[in-house]
Amino acid sequence: MRSCQLHAAVIAAAVFALTSSAALAQKKYDTGASDTEIKIGNIMPYSGPASAYGVIGKTEKAYFDKINAEGGINGRKINFISYDDGSSPPKAVEQARKLVESDEVLVVFNPLGTPSNSAIQKYMNARKVPQLFVATGATKWNDPKDFPWTMGWQPSYQSEARIYAKYLMKEKPDGKIAVLYQNDDFGKDYVKGLKDGLGSKSSTVVAEESYETSEPSIDGHIVKLKASGADVFISITTPKFAAQAIKKLAEIDWHPLHIVSNVSASVGGVLQPAGFENAQGMLSAAYAKDGADPQWDNDPGMKKFFAFLAKYYPDANKLDGSVVYGYGVAQTLVQVLKQCGDDLTRENVMKQAASLKDFETDTLLPGIKINTSPTDFAPISQLKMMRFKGEKWDLFGDIISGDLSN
Amino acid sequence: MSAADEAEVIAEGQVVEAVPKRAMTLSTGTSLTVLVVLLLIPLLVKNFIIFQMTMLLIYGLAVLALNILTGGSGQFSLGQSAFYAVGAYTSAILMEQFNVNYALTLPIAGVICFAFGFLFGQPALRLSGVYLALATFALATAMPQLLKLGYFEQWTGGVQGLVVTKPDAPEFLENALKMVHLKMSQDMWLYYFTLVITVAIYLWSVNLLRSRSGRALMSIRDNEIAASSMGVNVALYKTLAFGVSAGITGVAGGLGAIAVQFVAPDSYTITFAISLFLGMVVGGVGWLPGSFVGAAFIIFVPNISESISKGLSGAVFGVLLFFVIFLVPHGARQVAIVGQQLAGRFRR
Amino acid sequence: MELFTNQILAGISTGAIYACMALAVVMIYQAIDHLNFAQGEMAMFSTFISWQLMQWGIPYWGAFFLTLIFSFVAGIAIERILFKPLAKAPVLTNVAGFIALFSIINSCAGLIWDFTIKQYPTPFGSAPFLGSQLISTHQAGMIGVTFLLLVALYIFFQYTRMGLAMRAAASVPESARLVGINTSWMIALGWGMAAGIGAIAGILIAPVVFLEPNMMGGVLIYGFAAAVLGGLTSPLGAVIGGFLVGIFENLAGTYIPGVGNELKLPIALALIVTVLVVKPAGLFGRPIIKRV
Repeated sequence: MRSCQLHAAVIAAAVFALTSSAALAQKKYDTGASDTEIKIGNIMPYSGPASAYGVIGKTEKAYFDKINAEGGINGRKINFISYDDGSSPPKAVEQARKLVESDEVLVVFNPLGTPSNSAIQKYMNARKVPQLFVATGATKWNDPKDFPWTMGWQPSYQSEARIYAKYLMKEKPDGKIAVLYQNDDFGKDYVKGLKDGLGSKSSTVVAEESYETSEPSIDGHIVKLKASGADVFISITTPKFAAQAIKKLAEIDWHPLHIVSNVSASVGGVLQPAGFENAQGMLSAAYAKDGADPQWDNDPGMKKFFAFLAKYYPDANKLDGSVVYGYGVAQTLVQVLKQCGDDLTRENVMKQAASLKDFETDTLLPGIKINTSPTDFAPISQLKMMRFKGEKWDLFGDIISGDLSN
Repeated sequence: MSAADEAEVIAEGQVVEAVPKRAMTLSTGTSLTVLVVLLLIPLLVKNFIIFQMTMLLIYGLAVLALNILTGGSGQFSLGQSAFYAVGAYTSAILMEQFNVNYALTLPIAGVICFAFGFLFGQPALRLSGVYLALATFALATAMPQLLKLGYFEQWTGGVQGLVVTKPDAPEFLENALKMVHLKMSQDMWLYYFTLVITVAIYLWSVNLLRSRSGRALMSIRDNEIAASSMGVNVALYKTLAFGVSAGITGVAGGLGAIAVQFVAPDSYTITFAISLFLGMVVGGVGWLPGSFVGAAFIIFVPNISESISKGLSGAVFGVLLFFVIFLVPHGARQVAIVGQQLAGRFRR
Repeated sequence: MELFTNQILAGISTGAIYACMALAVVMIYQAIDHLNFAQGEMAMFSTFISWQLMQWGIPYWGAFFLTLIFSFVAGIAIERILFKPLAKAPVLTNVAGFIALFSIINSCAGLIWDFTIKQYPTPFGSAPFLGSQLISTHQAGMIGVTFLLLVALYIFFQYTRMGLAMRAAASVPESARLVGINTSWMIALGWGMAAGIGAIAGILIAPVVFLEPNMMGGVLIYGFAAAVLGGLTSPLGAVIGGFLVGIFENLAGTYIPGVGNELKLPIALALIVTVLVVKPAGLFGRPIIKRV
């Protein structure tokens, strides 16, 4: 009798094990995913004042073409649907609704621009559709409690500014700071981070000038800042204006300690047009490798990047930091989707996105890793400072985290 | 619709051509058909299309307002985005900071914008044509920057903007529908709400232009000096036109804020003002029903251009626009006239 | 005091940019009695053409003259193909045409040359001018060329038959036709010249602001404002208007407390509107008389 019972128990256990693993092996899909494809939505400014960033969308498309050519993710092809919002928030809302309700995508990936993302954030969270790896450095995307479906990717502007503040307090405690910033969410976020980082010493900011992107030239602002007598100049500018600032500084013979924000640290996109001789000694911070920097010529990750460009996006401007950006963030998404396996529900996508552990893309600086958790929706929060010498950036110091506590 | 009705009166400094009064609107039959279609569409399509239709009505209102100003009183304006922005922010601030019911915010927005437009119309009296265009252009470029000002940030949200809560259908309606096992989505309710307001404003505007005031306005458009020598109070009517146009645009802005659920300075740039202008031209300057055709153009044609070519979407848009203005330089009104002529011949 | 003079000088150097563009705006206005929204984009495209020629190895002055010729011909071609059919259409439809042209040119430039900024050389060098650190030799050169253009335009309009014919064709087309002026070709010629002047403006401006497809958007607004301030019928007014706008904007930004910095453009435009209300034809323009 006992052997019968045992037998039955074993068979029962075996049946149980088989069926539950079958249950585990069951595929789960939300709208936008199937056995053969995963639909990924995206919103980029292909027209309008920020059209320079449209190249990010094009790079991502090319990257997904490569992934598809190599067999897709767990056998599924990526269907990348990208729409233009012209940097207009109402248009972004329209495109987001189109992606979710009409094209029925699984996730909206890397939408660009703080205003556009602010406009769609409530909708995406109400609809429980992942608003994943948004392409803006605004600090507010790291808020899993209130917005569990929204996640950023790049280091936030405030954390970068805090790093500069920390550096200045250490290296130039008596310095007088002049700030030039773009009068939008990008510029204002940075200034806040800077002042928070300086804390009680924020009085060392002796002059602040804001500019609009509609201004043809910011030369007048530079003249005014020089007159303030500052010996530190922080340039919170986008590429065109950063280059103008570098040039004007040289022309009026003003040589403060010049810090420029990471978005305008591109060797090919900013420093070369502005003139390398004018940019000597400039400081910035980086989290990714620069395509124009010869020190990465033999780096295995960058070699893969260049090979990808050559085959799938030959017209790309290698020197454009946006292209490197697009590659890195697309690679991160592919990692998340791979981790999902056969459970391609939106909930699982967010879960996997919030469980990235020490993930390195081909293009991140060595030592900088992507880490997320259910309470940490900021994948990249580390930067390394660098100084411009000759024709390239020299990284120095340790990898710094941009948290307020340190 | 003979050629004589269409005679263009060219006088020194005239910018806007005369549109005969009869051609101002659609015939009753066509109007009713369109209304029935607009009423039934939401029952047949997805929520996203309903949302697009709501935006069409809203932009149509804004273009209508511009039509009254330019097609009606002959004053050229590239600054409608400023009035739209004021309306949108008024609604948003009242709803989010002061918890005012969304429907109430609309008349408030309308009145505030009317005052704003009326005040702007005063210095604008001395300007015309390209000079007025520049002044309105100045207003449109100033508005986003004013909205970003740190001074106002506590109300406007500064560069970050304000998120607006979308209203649900009112309780009595929901209960009534529950009895027949129907549910009205937020989008559908907002659409019908917008439709009622749009139809009301449209009928009121048509009435305005057919009335004595409307005739006074149009006489100013056709020949200002002759009008004033006939006793028309040119200054009053011109500023009133600005006020009315701004008021309607403000209501449209408020509706826009509710529909999009978000206001930010970047939503109301000069590009938007230029789009409204294009909408007016494509629809037919001075032809009120054309406002909605124009609105459809500025909403859907950019999407079409994008689907044709992502890299060259702007160029495709420009080409399509040229195509339209070559075919019908007077806008959709021309198509309607041709249609009516054909219908007339068909009836015989 | 030093800040004041510095800002005036800085204002003059940015004003030179506006003055250049304003000349092109006045040119087109003299020819067709409207403002062309696409003027800036045409200038930008011409500048890109010259840049591309230099990338292919053609030296600066060669590229300069080739571009001038190209712009002149292109301006005429655009007018003949796109705007002549609209001659009988209402004014507002023409304006819609300008906007369409803007969209097409901007989009094409973005596709061909992408949106990263490019350095553009200057024949004048970038050293400080007369030892002043506020005006470089390039900016001084820019001011010089602008004045040369201004004199050339003045002579053209006042003292040549062609210039007179063009002015006649723009202001009183029926009468001009009666005396045998081919008004249609006058308009085409006006477009060509405006395109050429725009190209020169773009080539002068690019070294300062860096070459990219969106470089002329802001400049055009200021160019319009400057031209209107100075009087749309007066090239001299346009140039002076440009400098005035530049100076005033800088002073407003420096001295109006709190908001002066964030509202530079609106304040400048408000000034211009105020001037217009007092002098509706601009500072140097001929008063417009309306006839019944």
